[in-house]
Amino acid sequence: MTASDRSAPAKTPLEPLVPSRVWMLRGARSAISIPAFILTAAFVGYAGLARETGLTIYETLALTGFVWALPSIVVLTGALSSGMGLIPAGIAVALASVRLMPMTMALMPLIKVEGKTKNWQLLVASHFVAVTAWVFAMKHLPDLPREGRLPFFIGFGAGVSSFVFCMTGISYLLVENLPEVVAGALFLLTPVYFLCSLWGASRLNADRAAMITGLVLGPLFFIYLPGLDLLWTGLAGGTLAYLGTRIARRGLS
Amino acid sequence: MTATLLSETWWWSYVMILVAGWFATDVWRWLGVFAGGRLREDGELLIWVRCVATALVAGVISKLILFPQGILAETPLWLRLAAAGFGFAAFFVSRQKVIVGVLSAEAFLLCGWLALDALG
Repeated sequence: MTASDRSAPAKTPLEPLVPSRVWMLRGARSAISIPAFILTAAFVGYAGLARETGLTIYETLALTGFVWALPSIVVLTGALSSGMGLIPAGIAVALASVRLMPMTMALMPLIKVEGKTKNWQLLVASHFVAVTAWVFAMKHLPDLPREGRLPFFIGFGAGVSSFVFCMTGISYLLVENLPEVVAGALFLLTPVYFLCSLWGASRLNADRAAMITGLVLGPLFFIYLPGLDLLWTGLAGGTLAYLGTRIARRGLS
Repeated sequence: MTATLLSETWWWSYVMILVAGWFATDVWRWLGVFAGGRLREDGELLIWVRCVATALVAGVISKLILFPQGILAETPLWLRLAAAGFGFAAFFVSRQKVIVGVLSAEAFLLCGWLALDALG
């Protein structure tokens, strides 16, 4: 808005000190983390499901690498096993993945350097947007210098997904039959991890309010408007939380 | 007719994975890149977008707990809710350590599950 904002390609003096390559390596190193292990455990659970469903190891790995969002992967696994057509399966997966759009949108202003970042770099980075990396990014990226955020995020995303990719393959081969209790425990891991880390990543009251409305509205919309339920949860719950906290912040202006 | 023939060829599942999986998922990420490129970091619009994204993820969480997939669906609802609540409480008591929350929830679930098995 102001004149200083206008002179966009202003070089910050810190910029040449740490090259992108180093930021990428730092991102990859911090991928060795609790979130990565929890996600790995969730994919170990998925490998068992894929094997039970009758997918080959190559199909399982292709799903893991190309789709890279566990809820969508589970939906497509169901579609493949039931012999669903290409179009209905595509629609079902697309509905399960709508959430990735607002998540990516919210990430962009954080990782973009105005006038410097290329669109193709953002498109590459966007493939790693899934709940785990997103929550991690929203929590930790604001502490990094702006130039380092995009390479750090790509390093983190690539690190987590290659580790999970390998572990999914290994567990497909090794885990013959998970004991029922272990399989069940693995399925509870993901929601509890999301619950704690999403709260940890929230910076504003609006974020926390949105989390509560989402938790409450999610099951209601799932019962009354199945199919588009997540979209409605996001729009209705998010808007409600935004308006509520906005009125609390600055009254009815 | 062709559909049944197609579904028996080995490469059909890969077409499914690429078109109905990869494309149908990544198209939202690409749209997010273009729509998010114009958002200001301190703008009100971004706060709203973050709210929508957060509420969506929260919706995924409660669905995973209330309507789980696979074997977890056989545990009673109250046990899953109590385990998640216990984990979240432990997360707070431990000054927001995620690993404490996760492990507490798992421990609660496993104890409850084994106890129910032993009683039943």
